[in-house]
Order: sequence, then C-alpha cells, then structure tokens
Amino acid sequence: MNALHSPTDHLLVAKGIGKHFGGLTALDQVSLNIPFHTIYGLIGPNGAGKTTLFNVLTGIYRADEGEIHLNGVSLTHSSPNEICKQGIARTFQNIRLFGNMTAIENVMVGRHVRTHSGMLSAILRLPSQRREEQEMMVHAQGLLDFVGIGHLANQIARQLPYGDQRRLEIARALATQPKLLALDEPAAGMNDTETATLGRLLQKIKASGVTLLLIEHDVKLVMGLCDRVAVLEYGRLIAEGEPNSVKNNPRVIAAYLGTEAA
Amino acid sequence: MNKRILIWLLCLAVVLALPFGTDALLGRSWVRLLDFALLYAMLALGLNIVVGYAGLLDLGYVAFYAVGAYLYAMLASPHIGMHWPLWALLPMGALLAASFGAVLGAPTLGLRGDYLAIVTMGFGEIIRLFLRNLNITNGPAGIDLIDPIQIGGFSFGSSHSLLGWDLPSIYSYYFLFVVLTALIVLVSYRLSDSRIGRAWAAIREDEIAAKSMGLNTRYLKLMAFAMGAAFGGISGVLFAGFQGFISPESFTMGESVMILCMVVLGGMGHLSGVIMGAILLAILPEAFRPLSQFQQITFGHVWLDPANLRMLMFALALIMVMILRPEGLWPSPVRRRELHPNDAMPASAQKEGP
Amino acid sequence: MDIFLQQVINGLVQGSLYALVALGYTMVYGIIELVNFAHGEVVMVGAMVGLSVIERLAARGDTGWGVIAIGVLVAIPSCMALGLGIERVAYRPLRKAPRLAPLISAIGVSIALQQLAALIWGRNYLHYPDVLSNPQFHIGGAVITQVQLVILATTGILMLLTWLIVQKTALGRAMRASAQNPSVAGLMGVNVDRIIALTFLMGSGLAAVAGVLVGTYYGVGNHTMGFMLGLKAFTAAVLGGIGSLNGAMLGGLLLGVIENLGAGYLGSVTNGTIGSNYSDVLAFIMLIAVLVFRPSGLMGERGSEKV
Repeated sequence: MNALHSPTDHLLVAKGIGKHFGGLTALDQVSLNIPFHTIYGLIGPNGAGKTTLFNVLTGIYRADEGEIHLNGVSLTHSSPNEICKQGIARTFQNIRLFGNMTAIENVMVGRHVRTHSGMLSAILRLPSQRREEQEMMVHAQGLLDFVGIGHLANQIARQLPYGDQRRLEIARALATQPKLLALDEPAAGMNDTETATLGRLLQKIKASGVTLLLIEHDVKLVMGLCDRVAVLEYGRLIAEGEPNSVKNNPRVIAAYLGTEAA
Repeated sequence: MNKRILIWLLCLAVVLALPFGTDALLGRSWVRLLDFALLYAMLALGLNIVVGYAGLLDLGYVAFYAVGAYLYAMLASPHIGMHWPLWALLPMGALLAASFGAVLGAPTLGLRGDYLAIVTMGFGEIIRLFLRNLNITNGPAGIDLIDPIQIGGFSFGSSHSLLGWDLPSIYSYYFLFVVLTALIVLVSYRLSDSRIGRAWAAIREDEIAAKSMGLNTRYLKLMAFAMGAAFGGISGVLFAGFQGFISPESFTMGESVMILCMVVLGGMGHLSGVIMGAILLAILPEAFRPLSQFQQITFGHVWLDPANLRMLMFALALIMVMILRPEGLWPSPVRRRELHPNDAMPASAQKEGP
Repeated sequence: MDIFLQQVINGLVQGSLYALVALGYTMVYGIIELVNFAHGEVVMVGAMVGLSVIERLAARGDTGWGVIAIGVLVAIPSCMALGLGIERVAYRPLRKAPRLAPLISAIGVSIALQQLAALIWGRNYLHYPDVLSNPQFHIGGAVITQVQLVILATTGILMLLTWLIVQKTALGRAMRASAQNPSVAGLMGVNVDRIIALTFLMGSGLAAVAGVLVGTYYGVGNHTMGFMLGLKAFTAAVLGGIGSLNGAMLGGLLLGVIENLGAGYLGSVTNGTIGSNYSDVLAFIMLIAVLVFRPSGLMGERGSEKV
C-alpha cells in the first residue's frame, strides 16, 4: 500500500543526524524519511538512541551534525517551541503532564500555540478573548472525546489512571494541530487489551490526516500498526522498510538476539 | 448565589468602615499604617505575578518600587523644579519599571531558579547603590518635599470637608489605595484565569513539556516579569507622593525579602492570601514597638533591637512556611496540590476553584 | 611594574580566601544542586566567634599566632555545628519539594543568621584585636606581609587536603558518587544522607578558617560581612565551573586577582568617576555576565537535562 507514495513525498526528512555526549556517540549518521500519512515505527534494543533521536527531532537536544526538514522547512537548530509551531508534537516516555491541572486544562495548554489572546485582551476581557476561550474549551473537550476520556475532563491530571494519562498526553499533543505526532513508547505498561485500544486510536489519528512516528517495544503493536519501520542499534540505523521485511532482516534479529523476532 | 453577594457586601462594608473604626479604637497613626499596608499589598500582588504565577524567584523586586518612586520624586518636587501631574507620572512609572524588568529579564530569565534569584538580588542591590551614589538622585540624602498626589483639583495631601465632615489626608489616601489595590486584584485575577495564566501554570509545572507544546517560555516569563515590575512601579509612584520623602534606604534587600515573605506566608498565587499576608506583615512591626519601650524602661538600654527582631521573624517565617506549609496560610486548592507532590489523593477528587 | 606585582600578590591572597569559601559552595551544589545561600553567613559566624575568642585572649595579654590559632580552633566546631544544623533543619526536609521551596528556605536561613549575629554582636563594626607583629618582606618591588604568607600557606594546605580527601579516599569516592547519581550511590550502599551531612561539615569547617583569616587580614568583623563575601565566593565558584573543586579554586584566585588589578586601575582609567564604592557593583555585574554568557564556567561541563 505504501508503494503508491513517490520517494520524494516525505513529510519529515532527517539527514545524517549525529549527537555526542562527551566521548559517547549516541547517534551516528542517522537518516530518516517519513512519508506523509503513515505510521512510522522506530524500534531497537534499549540504549539504541531512539529517545535521543526523538529529542533531537523535537529540539530538546541540539544535533551536532545533520539536518532536519519538515515539509521543506528547516528545523535543524530550532527551539522546541518553534518546532512545535511548525508542526511536530510529542509525548514523553515518562509521562510529562501538567499534573496539578485538570485534563481539559492540559489540552487547552496544547491549544496555546494556535491561539492568540494576549495579556491586554485578557485584562480587558474583550469579546474576541471570551470567544477564543469558549472555542478553546469546546475544542479541548472534543479532543478528550476523540481519545476516549471525555468524561474525565475536570479530573486532576495526576490522579488519572495510567492508561488515561497516556491518552491525555496524546490529546494534549493533538491540540497543537501537528503534522507529525511523535509518540515515545505510548504502549509502555499496557496490557493486551489496552494496547489494542491504543492501536485503534492511533489508526483513527492517522485517518484524520496526521502522520505518526512512534518508538515502541511491543513488537505485535509495531508489526500490526506501522506502515514502515526503522531499526536503530548503538546509534546507527541498521534497517529500514516495511515491517515484514525488517522482521526477517538478519541484522535486526541479531540485534535483538532473537528474543522478540518470532 | 445570594450567600456570595452577602459576603461581598460584608467585605465592602468592612473595607469602607475600617479607617473610621481603626481611628476610633487605635488612633490616627494606625490609619496611616493601614495606608502603608495597602501599598505593601499592591507590591505583594505585583510580586505574586512573578513568584506566584510564573514561579520565578525575584529577590530584587524592590528595585521596581524604587524606579517608580524616584521617577515621581524627581518629576514632582522642587528637586529639578518639575511638577508633573499624576495622570502622566503613574503610567510613566509603570512603563519605566516594566522596561527595567524587561532589560533585566531578557538575558536572565533562561537561567535556572537559584541563579535567577541571585541575579535579581544583584540587580536590586545595583539599583540601590546607583541611587545612593548618583548626584541626580541626590545620593544618600534622598529627595524631599515631593508633591502629594493630586487628581483633578483634589489634593490627597490635605484635609477636606465632605458634607460637613472632616476628611483627613490619610483617609483620602486610604480610599485611593483601596481602589487601586482592587484594580490590581482584578487585573491579576483576569490574567490568571486566561490563556496566559494557564501558560504560566504550565511553565511552573514542567517547563520542558511546556516548550514542547509550543509555548515560548522565555517570552511568557518576560511578560510576567514586566507585569510584576509595572505594579511595583505604580506602587512606587504612590509611595513617593504619599510619604513626601524618599531615600535609597527605603529600598534595601530587606524590603524585597519582606515582600517575598508576604507572598509566601500569605499564600503564593492566591490573591486573598497574598493581601492577607501583606497586611499582616505590614502591621506586625507595630507589635514590636512596645518591646523596645519595655527594654528601655527595664534595662535602660535596648538589648534586642526591634529592627533585627523583625527581620529575624520574617526569615524564620520563610523557613517554617516552606517546611511546614509551603502553600501559605491561605492557599488556593490548586497550590496546595502543587506544593505537596508526593501526597496520595483520592481518585475521585474533583477540581474546586481557582 | 611594582604596582602590578603588588596587586597580583594582594589579589592572590584575597583570591585564596575566596577559593576557600567557594569550595563550600561548589561541594554542596555538586551534591544537592542547591545554592547554599547561608554559606557566606557561616563564614561570618566563624569570623565573629573567632573575634570573641581572640578578644578575650588579647584582654588577658596573650599575643601571637597562637591566639589566632585558638580562635580558629573554636570557630571550626562552631561553624561545623551550624552547618550541620542548617542542613538538617532547613534543607533536608525539602529535598523532594519543588525547586522554589529549598531556595526560599535558604534565603530565610541566610537572613536569620545575619539578624542573630546582629542581636548577639551588635550592628557596629568590631575590631579584630592587634595581636600580631606582622613583619613585612620584600619581593621584587612589592611588599608581602607575614599575615599574607600565612593565609596563602593555610589556604593552600587546606585546598590540597580537600582535594586529597575527595579524590583519594573512600569518603571522597562516596561523595563523588553521590554527586553524580544519588539513587545509584544509595543502592551501592552509600548512606547518602550522611555524605551530604559530611559535605556540609567540610564546607563549614573551611568557612570557619576563612572567616577568622578574613577577620585577621582586614581587621574588622560585622554581621553583614558574609553577604558580599559570599556573593563574590559564589561568583568565583560559578566562574570556575560550579560543581568542580578545581574550578572553585581557580575561580577564587582569578577573581581575587581581577578585583585587585581592577580596583587599582579603575580609578585612574576613569579619572575618578568610578570610585571604589562601585567595586561591589562590579562584582555583581561580573556575576551576571558569567551566568548569562558562560554558565558552565571555565572548567564545568555543559550538561543537558535528561528527558
């Protein structure tokens, strides 16, 4: 199904990304081309550099070498908020919600980057500001419904069950209206049922026009969900392609020591 | 709904009657003290935006107070010979202080908390040292004979006759300060319950997550800083007009610490708590006055200087509040949650209010 | 050239005192990531306690370096007890609290100590009694006093001792491990609480010596002396790279030399417009400049937060 996309039809193009920490090379000449409207998986053993790559792509780390382009726009040394503005949103491996705010407030913060009311209009309570507040709340509620936790809108975020917190983080990221949604191990700690539900949600997101990039350890989820997969080992890209071909790649099998390839 | 209106009316009645009641019970000097307490309330509300809303520790806040005060003092006194009106100087004071805030904040708001605290402390001291050493600010002697506040033809510095009743100057100032404090409260509330207020809360909670969600945290912090500075500047203008005399010694780091104490003790980020903290701590030193008199009479010498005792109390209060009740004496439920991150909470708890 | 050499000598002496105090800041910061605002005040307490002891001895007619030594010997346990107390009461309960809390507590401690000192010793500047003959020696075209030599020797020995302890002993290894990764260090059997307490102990001990030396060198003691001294020592620690022992020592010496050269030439360069009353402003500006332009300091590492 992906053969219909031409090779130049890519949303995210990362070329030759390198990142070093002191003497340690965390990423070595990693290149990634993520096509539009796909679910792209990033897998590899622990310590392979997946989260580091995420952090470079989202501006939290600065790439030492290489370039990043989103839809033709260079993001190589941009700050995290610039990158979000341009269209990449993310979730975190260790959930980073605004714990003491409610669920709906969390999502409304996500909407901040696409809205404009400033201090003056807030102080004067201009009609445009009040309208925007209303719109933000409706929009946030809509996203909470979309991910399936609409009934939890007024709950304090840090009191939500784990699975709901993960979904909230996704809703918050979606509020920024991203072109690319980067998810760092969204299924971590979930059982089979929850993982299946998550998979359906991610398909729903893809269908709404968002491209997804996800780091995942759950092989079943990755194989069933992803259109393409890239494999990192020791900071290097060792395989890339459709899930089935990657699964049977001997280097990949060796990297995982055969424990999960079956 | 009716209960709320009743409470509001009660508060209004208390506020209106307070100067008269205080005068009758405690004497006129206490009404003057009340005026100062209101000035401190305005300062505390300003610092509240910086510390309480944006979570930035500013140890040199008094510098903005000084900027506003000296602006008014120089342009509304015989010092240079200018006598500009309030309607010009009040916004100018706010603007000038906000600019100082922006200049200080622009390079430094990216620093982590401890460093920012030290830098702001340094800034506060630098301002005071310059005020003490420059000729144009009249050095350590300060500026005297500052014009009292005037609106229209009404001078707050003189007594007036209102419907046959005698309205002393300190009463007039009281009502003026109450109005301005109420305005600052309104502005603060509207800011906190808005897109910007939510953004500040997000930065407070997790700055990296906030940045990743597209928030321009540098800019947002700068806005909080400048806004807080502006309130400080406004208070400074009023202070200069009210007291009629200012000197660099009114703007020491001890003052910054005291204002911080008001915000922290009262309840960071909670408007009622902050005002309560300000009034409490502004009035408290009066309680120490009899102590020095007692020592003078009993020992013929003051062993324990009330000024030092006072600062000691503030310092100990800061420590104890942080350890025992960091959300302050009168916190908002949100803040209580934020400052007890390890408390387990019932899964069904709902949000109560801002 | 003579003036230059003189300023350098004075700078190194002053700088070595900064370095001693800076070690305390940097060790504590390295292990609990908190700027111990109260450290400058601990130095002040050392100076004042030393002053009281030396005063008493001088009144009896005792003179000489022995008097100073006894002052130091009394100041050290006093400051150590103080440092331990501060850690236990004001910092330990707040280790897991949001960042703002221990910061505010630290400021509270700093001010409380200042005020207590004012209540105990009064607000006036007190004189360190003259118990030393303080002969001078000539080097090149410059003069170095006995006090200066003793300061250089003492601080040098203490810095070496500190370095040896941290780098070569089991205790030091535990300290470095706790600084790098407290949870893992704990798992490896290190009693991190105790290590933190010991860090404060060491820093406070150094502070005590520094306090008495400062009092002896400048001849005065006052409850406010900790503020500027602490600030400058902190600037030195940041300049050298906070968390780095070598950085603290280097930063201290550098700051001392810069300050003395600057003070010496500033007046002549600006024709007297900027006088010595602005030297404090200069210290602040240096601090702000270092923090804004090179927060990792000369020898520090550029860290990134783990996400």
